[in-house]
Amino acid sequence: MSLRTLEELKASGELRTSSKLEAILKMGHLAVTSECGPPRGSDPKAVTEKAELIKNHVDAINTTDNQTAVTRMCSLAACIHVKQMGLEPVLQMVTRDRNRIALQSDLLGAASFNINTMLCLSGDHQSFGDCKQGQNVHDLDSMQLIQTVRRMRDDGKFLGGDDIKRPPNIFVGAAANPFADPFEIRVPRLAKKIACGAEFIQTQCIYNLDKFEEWMRRVRERGLHEKVFIMAGMTPMKSAGMAKYMKNRVPGMDVPDEIIARLSGVPKDKQAEEGINICVEAIQRLKEVEGVAGFHIMAIEWEEKVPEIVERSGLYPRPQV
Amino acid sequence: MRLKCPANFRIIRLPCTGKIDVIHILRAFEKGADGVYVVGCMEGDCHFKSGNFRARKRVEQAAKILDQIGVGGERVKMYNLSSGEGPLFAQYSIEMDNKIRELGPNPVKVALQAKKQAA
Amino acid sequence: MIIASKKPIEEIIQEVKDYKRLLILGCNECVTVCEAGGKKEVEVLASTLRMHFIKEGNEKKIEERTLERQCDHEYLEEIRGIVDNYDAILSLACGVGVQFTAEKYHSTPLLPGVNTCFLGANEQRGMWTERCQACGSCILARTGGICPISRCAKRVMNGPCGGSSKGKCEINKELDCAWQLIIDRLRDLGRLDDYEIVAPIKDWSTERAGGPRKVVREDVQV
Ligand code: SF4
Ligand code: SF4
Repeated sequence: MSLRTLEELKASGELRTSSKLEAILKMGHLAVTSECGPPRGSDPKAVTEKAELIKNHVDAINTTDNQTAVTRMCSLAACIHVKQMGLEPVLQMVTRDRNRIALQSDLLGAASFNINTMLCLSGDHQSFGDCKQGQNVHDLDSMQLIQTVRRMRDDGKFLGGDDIKRPPNIFVGAAANPFADPFEIRVPRLAKKIACGAEFIQTQCIYNLDKFEEWMRRVRERGLHEKVFIMAGMTPMKSAGMAKYMKNRVPGMDVPDEIIARLSGVPKDKQAEEGINICVEAIQRLKEVEGVAGFHIMAIEWEEKVPEIVERSGLYPRPQV
Repeated sequence: MRLKCPANFRIIRLPCTGKIDVIHILRAFEKGADGVYVVGCMEGDCHFKSGNFRARKRVEQAAKILDQIGVGGERVKMYNLSSGEGPLFAQYSIEMDNKIRELGPNPVKVALQAKKQAA
Repeated sequence: MIIASKKPIEEIIQEVKDYKRLLILGCNECVTVCEAGGKKEVEVLASTLRMHFIKEGNEKKIEERTLERQCDHEYLEEIRGIVDNYDAILSLACGVGVQFTAEKYHSTPLLPGVNTCFLGANEQRGMWTERCQACGSCILARTGGICPISRCAKRVMNGPCGGSSKGKCEINKELDCAWQLIIDRLRDLGRLDDYEIVAPIKDWSTERAGGPRKVVREDVQV
C-alpha cells in the first residue's frame, strides 16, 4: 500500500473512528504498538512511568486486562491515565470477568474518555492467577464481544436493542495465535474474527518465523490481509531461562530450539542483548512479509528496551497524526 | 517343615476372593474381629481373570476406612499364594497373628466390652 | 446421569455426631451407578459410623435403607412410617434427592452424604467425566455433538481459545480441549466448513442464570 497523508485519508471517507491507530494503519504506515501492564496496586505512576518510557516510539499503548488472571489495577483506569498524558491507549477487555452488562457499560465508560481503540480477548483461565477459587463469567466469547462493539458503534444499539446516546467510537481489534492448535483452523479462525468485525489483529508472540510466514501465506491466499490489519506480536527474550519457560510453560507458545540454543550460546550477562538482537532481526524479516501491517512489541517489565528495538528495526521516527 | 497354624482365627471360604466386598471386612470388625486377612491366588492366576486384583483394591479400601476411624488399617492384609502352599499359608497366619498381637485388640470390641461391664 | 462423589468421612462424622438415631438413606439410581450412594455404600458407611461412634463411647442407632429413587414422591412415601424413629436422615442421594426428602419430611433434619458433582458419563471403570451443564437450550447439533459449555474451561462458543495446545486444554495437559474434539469430529463428518459459522450470542436465560427452572408438560398432567 502506498502512503497517504492524513488529509487524503480523511477525504477518502475510509476512517471509521478517531483512533490514532486506525489512521496510521490506513495511511499505510507500519504501525507500532506496545503494552503497559497495570500494577498490582493503585499507584498511577506505575502506568505513567512505563508510558513515559515508550511514548515517543509507539503509536498506541495497550493496557492489559488482569493478564494471566492475576488481579491488577483495571485496564480502563490505566487507559485513562495514558489518555490523560495525551497518548493513545488501547483498551484490552477479556470476557472472563464481566458479563454483557458490565462489558457494554465499560465500553461506554471508555468512550466517555474518548478511548478509541480496543482489543477483545477471552482471557487466561482464572486457574493461572491469584483467584483460582473464583468464578469465571464467559457470558460472551471474544468473537461475540467484537460483534457487540461493532453493533454498539455502527448501529448505535445495545445488545438488548435500545439506542445508545452518543455511541462509542471505537476501532476494534482481536488477538490471533498463529501457533495454537489445531493449525488447520488457524486461518479460518481469523476469517471468523474478521466476519465478526475485527479491524486489526495483534498476534501472539512470534518466535517461529517460518510457521508465522506459512500462516501469513495462507492468510493472503484467502485475501484476509486486505480485510484486516495484522500486527505481528514481538516479545524480546531476557534470557535462555525465559525462552525455556515460554516454550514449556506458556500454553500456545511456539519457541523453536534454535532460539534457546542461540541464547544459551552466549554468556549469561550477554543473553539479554542477544534477546534484543533476535527480536530486531525478526522484525526486520517480517517487515518484508506482505500483509504484515505493523508490530506489537510486548516487552514485559522491560519497557525501557522498546525505544532501542523500534529504532534498530528502522521503525523510528513514528509518523505524526 | 511343618508349621503349626495359630488356632485363633476362623476361615471363611469363598469361591474367589473377587467375591469379597468392603462391607464383609468391616462387618468382621464390627463383630469384634481383631484382624482380617484375605488369601487369594497368585496375581495373574485368577480363574476369573481379575478377582484377586479386585480383592486387593477392596482390602485397600477397607484399610483406609479403618485408618480413618482409628481402628487401624494394618489390621487387614491381602496375601497371594498358589494352592498346595500349605506351609506358606501357615507362615502368613503366624505373621498376621503376631502383627495383631502387637497392635492389641480391636478398639471397637474393647469399647463394647467396657460398656457391657459398666451395665 | 448425575455424578456424585463420597463426602470425606470426617465431614460426615461432624455432621451427624449429635444425633442419636440415624437413618442412612441410599438411592438406587445415578448414585448407585457411580458408586457413591447405593445400597453398598450405605452399608459401608453405616458400618463405619457404627464402629466409629462405639469406639468414641457415643454409640448410636444407625440403620440403613435404600430407595428406588429419592427424587420421586412415590418412593419417598415408603419411609413415611419409619421417619419418626430417627433424629436425622443422612441421604446418599444427589442434591436433588436430599432436598426432595427434606421437603417431604419437614421436621426431620436431612444431611447430605455425598457431593453432587455434575452430569456425566462412566468413561471407564472408576472414572466419570462431565458432559452436560443442562443449559436448557442444547446446541450440540452445531458443535459436532460435543458440548463446549460443559467441556471447554471457558465455555467459548467460537473456539478454540489461544491456549489450546496439542489437543489439550490450557488449564490441564490431561484434559482434552473441547474445541479440538469439535473440530476433529466436524472434519470426520465432512463438515469442517461449518466451523466458520459464527455461533450467535447465547441466551443464558434458560440456564442457571435465569433463576430456578421448571419444565411443565400439560399434555401429561392429570
Ligand atoms: S449444549 Fe446445553 S444441553 Fe446441550 S449438552 Fe451442552 S450444556 Fe447440555
Ligand atoms: S484450550 Fe480448548 S477447552 Fe481449554 S479453554 Fe481453550 S478452547 Fe476451551
